[in-house]
Amino acid sequence: MGKEFFSFLKCRECGRQYPKKAVHVCEFDFGPLEADYNYEEIQRSISRSVIESRPHNMWRYRELLPIDGEPTVGLNTGFTPLVKADRLAKALGVRDLYIKNDAFNYPSLSFKDRVVSVALSRAKELGFKIVACASTGNLANSVAAHAAGAGLKSYVLIPADLEQSKVLNSLVYGTQVIGIHGAYDQVNRLCSEIAGKYGWGFVNVNLRPYYAEGSKTMGFEIAEQLGWRLPRHTVVPMASGSLLTKVAKAYQEASKVGLIEEQPFTIHGAQATGCNPISAAFKAGTDLIRPVSKPTTIAKSLAIGTPADGYYAVHAVKSTGGSCEDVTDAEIIEGIRLLAETEGIFAETAGGVTVACAKKLISSGKIPANESVVLCVTGHGLKTAEAVAPHLPPPRLINPSLREFEALIANDAVHAAAA
Amino acid sequence: MPIPVSIPTVLRPLTDNLDTVEVEGATIGDLLANLEKRYPGIGERLLDAQGNVRRFVNIYVNGEDVRFLQDKATAVKAGDEVSIVPAIAGG
Repeated sequence: MGKEFFSFLKCRECGRQYPKKAVHVCEFDFGPLEADYNYEEIQRSISRSVIESRPHNMWRYRELLPIDGEPTVGLNTGFTPLVKADRLAKALGVRDLYIKNDAFNYPSLSFKDRVVSVALSRAKELGFKIVACASTGNLANSVAAHAAGAGLKSYVLIPADLEQSKVLNSLVYGTQVIGIHGAYDQVNRLCSEIAGKYGWGFVNVNLRPYYAEGSKTMGFEIAEQLGWRLPRHTVVPMASGSLLTKVAKAYQEASKVGLIEEQPFTIHGAQATGCNPISAAFKAGTDLIRPVSKPTTIAKSLAIGTPADGYYAVHAVKSTGGSCEDVTDAEIIEGIRLLAETEGIFAETAGGVTVACAKKLISSGKIPANESVVLCVTGHGLKTAEAVAPHLPPPRLINPSLREFEALIANDAVHAAAA
Repeated sequence: MPIPVSIPTVLRPLTDNLDTVEVEGATIGDLLANLEKRYPGIGERLLDAQGNVRRFVNIYVNGEDVRFLQDKATAVKAGDEVSIVPAIAGG
């Protein structure tokens, strides 16, 4: 790669520039560092047809991602299905609805596969041998899987009370899983101390400027899969708020480098009521994020009480004319079941949050019935099966007897319809 | 009555490597002004050009973020614990 598209890191607050190393915070004012690009060079180098000629993975937007050479991790990640969801649209009362289905991401079935692909590609460029993360589960799964495939040693630090399937889905890759007695924010605090002391590549601490950019690929894909246009509305679940800000950034960059016409778009944020620091701030008309010290929600992947990008997420929502909503555990379960029963898509609890918040936004008119909507589903339902299991009826059991079967379905509507 | 203010590692080069500094003041604003007088340069790291506490700087009085008290007008008294903690970006 002769041309340099990724220039330096830059403080989001004061604009001070930093070299492209494993640093994530401005030394002067502690603002987060973000990748900065040479957009003119990028515009000269890519086009719709160049991108369309490339393999169906997230690296087809490589010029807009913060690595120097060719990507080495995540060559099968991304380009997940954008599903036209007509049956769900009917149930929710809108005409033009799509699911961006990252439950189907490679290799670990969540959108985190995107961010980890970038973080580990960059970690290898920077010479790290050990990679690590603080995680509510999905990130741990992805770091463990991608690190195994890339031949890197990994440590993942998680709250000790995570869903069993999310713990198992890290352990199987041979990563070092460390459960911390505490909430995610305490895990994160510990990780920033470890990162400073051990010189490991923490994907969401010292590699965060690289990691976070990976989320943009979800936005680029949505635009491309809609035929190089934007949905009028996009509903994004919020934990740290990073994904939401990066989807908005992707939409802006896509028009900045000439891939799409400049066009209006609105981003809405979705949280669980049991951990809603960003949604609560938005509803209160402020950008001051009041931390939630004890999150209580089944949407554990969204249970970040001190969201690092909360301020920026509020502003991305506001500046695009969007809204934030939050939903109860019961509404989350209802959202998961509605998506599964209408579209055949089994989302994790965060997906239930997105669907249930979209339902509220539509019924309150914040998403008008005649405008296009994309819902971002970020992880697979099998990862949080234990949250849904108690709400599903058990299978009905009979002996291998036709008589018993006929007695059992005698009152089923399906049987009556078929007959 | 001087009030102990705990200083984060990254700012200790400005405070002769002291992790706690005792400064006089009846409000957070006073404490910060006196801190700047004693250790010139620390003020601009904590406050922006308008004099507001920077977005990624947290100042706690007895564990409560002053943003949810009265910001720089938050009163302090003998026995209070004041700490300056840069926000942790992560997640």
